[in-house]
Amino acid sequence: MVPSKFAYHRPSTVKEAIELLAAHGDDSKILSGGHSLVPVLKLRLNDPEHIIDVSGIESMGGIRDNEKSITIGANATHGEIANNAALKAHAPMIAHAASMIGDVQVRNFGTIGGSIAHADPAADWPAVLLAADANVVLSHAGGQREVDIDQFFKGLFMTAMDEEEIITAIRIPKTAFNKNSTYVKFPQPASRFALVGCAAAIANSDGYITEARVAFSGVSGTPFRDSNVEKSLKGSVLNEGSIATATASVADGVSILSDHFAKENYRKHMAGVYARKALSALA
Amino acid sequence: MTYIGSSVKRVEDKRFITGQGNYTDDIVLPQMTYACMVRSPHAHAEIVSVDIAHAEQMDGVVKIFTGKDTDAAGIGGVPCGWQVDFKNGDTMKEPPHPLLVSDKARHAGDAVAMVIAETYAQAKDAAEMVMVEYNVLPAVTNAKVARADGAPQVHADVPNNLAFDWELGNPREEVDAAIAAAHHVTTLEFINQRVICNAIEPRSAIGHFDTAYDKYTLYTSTQNPHLIRLLLCAFVLGLPEHKVRVVGPDVGGGFGSKIFHYTEEALVIWGSNQIKRPIKWTAERRESFMTDAAGRDHITTAKMAFDKDGNVLALSADTYANMGAYLSTFAPAVPTYLHGTLLQGLYTTPLINVSVDAVFTNTTAVDAYRGAGRPEATYLLERLMDTAALEMGRDPAELRLQNFIAPFDGVEQEGYQTQVALQYDSGNYEPVLKRGLEMVGYEQFRADQKAAEGTGKLLGIGFSTYIEACGIAPSAVVGALGARAGLFESAQVQVHPTGKVSVYSGSHSHGQGHETSFAQVVADKMGIPMEDVEIIHGDSDAVAFGMGTYGSRSLAVGGSAIVKSIEKVLEKGAKIAAHLLEASVDDLDYAEGKWTVRGTDKSVAFGDVSLTAYVPHNYPEGLEPGLDFSSFYDPANFTYPFGCHICIVEIDTETGEVKIKRFIAVDDVGNVINPMIVDGQIHGGLAQGIGQAFCEGAIYDESGQLINGTYMDYVMPRADDLPSFEIDRTVTPCPHNPLGVKGAGEAGCIGSTPAVVNAVMDALKGYGIHDVEMPITSQKVWNIIHGS
Ligand SMILES: Cc1cc2nc3c(=O)[nH]c(=O)nc-3n(C[C@H](O)[C@H](O)[C@H](O)COP(=O)(O)OP(=O)(O)OC[C@H]3O[C@@H](n4cnc5c(N)ncnc54)[C@H](O)[C@@H]3O)c2cc1C
Repeated sequence: MVPSKFAYHRPSTVKEAIELLAAHGDDSKILSGGHSLVPVLKLRLNDPEHIIDVSGIESMGGIRDNEKSITIGANATHGEIANNAALKAHAPMIAHAASMIGDVQVRNFGTIGGSIAHADPAADWPAVLLAADANVVLSHAGGQREVDIDQFFKGLFMTAMDEEEIITAIRIPKTAFNKNSTYVKFPQPASRFALVGCAAAIANSDGYITEARVAFSGVSGTPFRDSNVEKSLKGSVLNEGSIATATASVADGVSILSDHFAKENYRKHMAGVYARKALSALA
Repeated sequence: MTYIGSSVKRVEDKRFITGQGNYTDDIVLPQMTYACMVRSPHAHAEIVSVDIAHAEQMDGVVKIFTGKDTDAAGIGGVPCGWQVDFKNGDTMKEPPHPLLVSDKARHAGDAVAMVIAETYAQAKDAAEMVMVEYNVLPAVTNAKVARADGAPQVHADVPNNLAFDWELGNPREEVDAAIAAAHHVTTLEFINQRVICNAIEPRSAIGHFDTAYDKYTLYTSTQNPHLIRLLLCAFVLGLPEHKVRVVGPDVGGGFGSKIFHYTEEALVIWGSNQIKRPIKWTAERRESFMTDAAGRDHITTAKMAFDKDGNVLALSADTYANMGAYLSTFAPAVPTYLHGTLLQGLYTTPLINVSVDAVFTNTTAVDAYRGAGRPEATYLLERLMDTAALEMGRDPAELRLQNFIAPFDGVEQEGYQTQVALQYDSGNYEPVLKRGLEMVGYEQFRADQKAAEGTGKLLGIGFSTYIEACGIAPSAVVGALGARAGLFESAQVQVHPTGKVSVYSGSHSHGQGHETSFAQVVADKMGIPMEDVEIIHGDSDAVAFGMGTYGSRSLAVGGSAIVKSIEKVLEKGAKIAAHLLEASVDDLDYAEGKWTVRGTDKSVAFGDVSLTAYVPHNYPEGLEPGLDFSSFYDPANFTYPFGCHICIVEIDTETGEVKIKRFIAVDDVGNVINPMIVDGQIHGGLAQGIGQAFCEGAIYDESGQLINGTYMDYVMPRADDLPSFEIDRTVTPCPHNPLGVKGAGEAGCIGSTPAVVNAVMDALKGYGIHDVEMPITSQKVWNIIHGS
């Protein structure tokens, strides 16, 4: 398994990377940890002429604990995220989900930026970042913009990113719901991506739910938040009864994926089961 | 020191664990070129044209061969090594298996052209530019469907895709009559699904024609280098055997898939003479999925009949065995002589008839895969047993105990003659089941199972009491059954002047630990330290002859050949020792590395004798110098390991998820040389057998595409899918080989699969179903529980 020939670039700043992207356009691909792109190249499902390796760009790395948010550099690896103290404290589901991705080697190479750019609907990050109300920081020649995660995932392997943009960071707000959050996954037995991945984040006041964010990976071609579940929870006390009511009809009206591991009916059922597991863990 | 019976650490592991193994793909020869195959993306398609004009001009391309070239060279293709004729005596249909196809592709992955270039990347780039025009035809992948009128024809001259049909046992009418008259009949229709071997090392081959010596060398990831040489020379390319060396260096797992002679081996050898440079080909993982011979793939209907007391009266079995597009080397033997012959199991069934249709389809060839036929036979019998117990309201353990063959040791009591040709060597079946029941705590389990009712968790227990046959032999018998090869083994024990020993074995280790187990045998039998023994295998220029390693034969057959040579060494050594001690051979004892004159303290050490053999100054008259003997060992019979596997599962009724809570295996593999290695073989086999039940299985779509041909979709069992195995053994020595060993390489894989499925069926017994198709996914279990 060898890829087609390509030219390799290793910019050291975002500006340089964007210039390279502008110069080579369609014929180029950004490379970060390589754990999604390299298999694609080796299987020759794509044969870009230019590879722009952003893993050496320092400003895209690291995890910064700010006053109101935590900024995760696009190049932060799943492994770094899993072990980050600020994330464990302020958004436990983020660190927890990271620890469930692949194996040690994958976690030490694969990055959060690469994962969401790839936008595999069965990846773990989409559900978690949707539930976390994250913002994606995109850089382009003219500067940068922040996209609300709710607007980011557009479909199977499709995002709101423009061709000449690069993800430089993901911002996680320090909120009450993120502090009280979790992620569970029903893994596809071969790849161990999510057949169902459910992230839940709940804020309470005086015992009543003030904000509920419940999102799914793996269930549909586009990762989504389930507004029915969230609405049902809001204003109630999180207990067995309210969880049962809220999760009775998970993923209603959503077009559901089907394969030889989980057909539509079973996947929908399991989405409900895993939503209940996630919410029960927070009750 | 007694090495036999102790868990000596594996001597080969140093090089494997430190990354110093030497696999075929590690070998780099001067001037070496790299090959990439152009493979048909279609399962069934006429080849209209192959245009290499552009590809030939690309950077680094040395040569491109197509099917026209191999046709023009008069190469007929790779042969089948086992002939099974039709019931009516007609000859087996054996259409050619070309190295490169020129007329049509018969499975996705059939090779159309070989592109050779200076680097693999260049070969791959050029292979993409070989323009093949196909006329796509309808494909058939299911053996039963392929038998129907109007099904796509894989080979024009094989009507209804039937390679051969076959039957064995008592006359069918008698069996059917007994079934018709029986008190109870259990019928199962099931699929023993196709699994892909997935050796961690992909297949690889280097062909090298040395113009200085006019000699060919083939390095290949094989389980039997000499067999490959024989087939290559005598059947494929017509090469002089003394001018061909085949080396199987370190091999990273075979599980059967590396027994067979593959087209790529012949292509790199033939090609290397055409271009006068070495050619290396290494499979990509996707190619392994598409071209390594697969395992199982039976569609079976089986009936077991009982009297009112639960005694088995008769068994009938009808199987469609998928051969794939071509007959692989041993393919015809697998559903027949390795499957039908095992249907006696451990039971006294007086009437048995088995019938098999071997069928061509537009899929990769199917051949021996760990257990080869015996897992299919065990699955058939043991699923029937548990199902019958359920249907008759009997305890599955008791039903088995009642029907077991009585103990026989093969010495005092004769071997057991089955209804299906074989004669078992020795067996004592009750103890393995009783020990299993004791380990599992059977009564407690049944109480726990009751207690779990209504909790949302279902508990189930499944049994499998299996027999298998290893070290298939003797050659004359297997020849009469259609084998086109002998099934003996050779060994040379070469004592060096300093008393160190090199042993050349025709067996081939690809994970089994021969370098350790064999050395233990040699060191013990010769009374010397293990460090003084080196086991050499896998090179046809070093080892005189060999039949390789498969069918759990290495220790029983290869080890016995070594013992025979050791006996010869010690016999000659005694003559030299007697001379040095001025005593009679009859007065000498040999122990702990020295010959002693009985009743005295006069002795001479092995090292002194070996030195004398090579410096024969003071030497017996008329005796040849040297201490070096070869032997060929052709066993009197197969060996018959057996055992009991018990599985306990827990099912979550809400999700259909199945968890294996416990897995107990009590195996009897005869005498044990290295318990740690045997445990390892059992563990690995269990993982594979459980993997078939829960994880694995090739899925083809209607057009014949393998839709789970990567590790993203093809489920392999992982450590965290498995419980910590609880294993034990009983020991019933083999009466007919000098080590009393039976073989342990496949037992784990043979016994375990039905135990798992039976456990799931036991857990689901309230749902009125009798079978679930493997692999048992959560979705399938959930469907059963929720009635969809
Ligand atoms: C064996 C294995 C197991 C895995 N298991 C899981 C799992 O359980 N769960 C899971 O969610 N994932 C899993 N993955 C995927 C893994 O998480 C990948 O690392 C991740 O999807 C991609 O990140 P990367 O840094 O490797 O990106 P790359 O492979 O380098 O790039 C992926 C894509 O993103 C683009 N890209 C990369 N960085 C940027 C950027 N900064 N801006 C714009 N575009 C960019 C690339 O052009 C490419 O298209 C697994 C992967 C492997 C190999």
